[in-house]
Amino acid sequence: MTDTAVGAAVGPDALDHGPGDAVPASTPPPGAGGHGPPPVPNFNIVPVRALPIVAVVLVGLIVAISTDNLWGLTFFHVAGGGLWTSLDLFLGLVLGPIMGSMTIPARVEFTTKFMPKMLLIMPTLVAMTLGAGFQLARHVGNLEATYPHHGWIVASMVIVGVMSVIALGLLEPANLAVLFELKKPHPNGERIGRLMKVFIYTAGITGVMQVATIVIMTFLASR
Amino acid sequence: MTAATETLPPGFGEPDAEDLRQADLPPVMPIAIVTLALIVSGGIVVAAQYGRPAHLTIPTVLLGAAAVLLLVNAVLIARIRAFAWPVFFRVLGWALLAYAVIAGILEYVFIYDHTPARLLFLFTAMLVLFAIDVPLMLSYSVARWQPLDAN
Repeated sequence: MTDTAVGAAVGPDALDHGPGDAVPASTPPPGAGGHGPPPVPNFNIVPVRALPIVAVVLVGLIVAISTDNLWGLTFFHVAGGGLWTSLDLFLGLVLGPIMGSMTIPARVEFTTKFMPKMLLIMPTLVAMTLGAGFQLARHVGNLEATYPHHGWIVASMVIVGVMSVIALGLLEPANLAVLFELKKPHPNGERIGRLMKVFIYTAGITGVMQVATIVIMTFLASR
Repeated sequence: MTAATETLPPGFGEPDAEDLRQADLPPVMPIAIVTLALIVSGGIVVAAQYGRPAHLTIPTVLLGAAAVLLLVNAVLIARIRAFAWPVFFRVLGWALLAYAVIAGILEYVFIYDHTPARLLFLFTAMLVLFAIDVPLMLSYSVARWQPLDAN
């Protein structure tokens, strides 16, 4: 999900130190791999101050579900889904290439400030979209096996399922591992590059699936 | 990538202690991903039958297979000797909390919808496995790259 942005930020090409790129003043200790990473600013892996906002959103979601409020369910599903899809495509197609052209220290600094926030934003959007979406589909009868376009609903479930496995099984673990790697006194640039390849290769898959999801959802909304 | 070998300090590509330790680690991540895929597949099979009498044989088999794999993974992790255990448990604790909240919201939806008992049991079991499997992946994937004395 947040894959390409990070991949571009400290991805494989982040190892290409150009003449103008900053290199750390400190020399890595022997045995640490001698990776010459750029300076890493101090950062928190989980932005604790943002947790109340997440809590407010989740409480709102629960209220919408418990009251079976059609407007509330539609709001959380459409707002969450729209932001989720837009963020994915924006990061993958716009921000990723821009970050790829930034200097190494700039990419690292951006990553350390940006990625922790994404650790909270993306799961919240996913919970909004799927939680409200399931309840909305049940509410309006789209979930019923007798629904004329039931096949499309099942297709969307399969797409979301595959995306979930990719996101939770590949992207998020690598994302977290990179953040912890950047927390080390001497981050291993080569390892970060390897982990980021996971992001880059899976970004294409999730991007295509996001487009497929848009096709299905707009089709169903127009019936 | 090509310029990296020319401009980076000598020894850049050499593996460090964490790299060398990887060969001794069990295949936790592939097993955990398969576990997650089985859980998600079971959920899709059940959800696709919504509104008509559900055939639960396939999802039950998928759930059973996922439970076995999760147990195997837990045993494999417990048998690792050289591992950054403090980091593993720290990440695991927070991740369990986060995914318990997510699973709790989903469970609430199922209960609120008066899901039939057999289906509810199946969904609940899937959510429990999900809320353990994902934190396990997150904590393992962080701890495997940390030095043994990291805390």
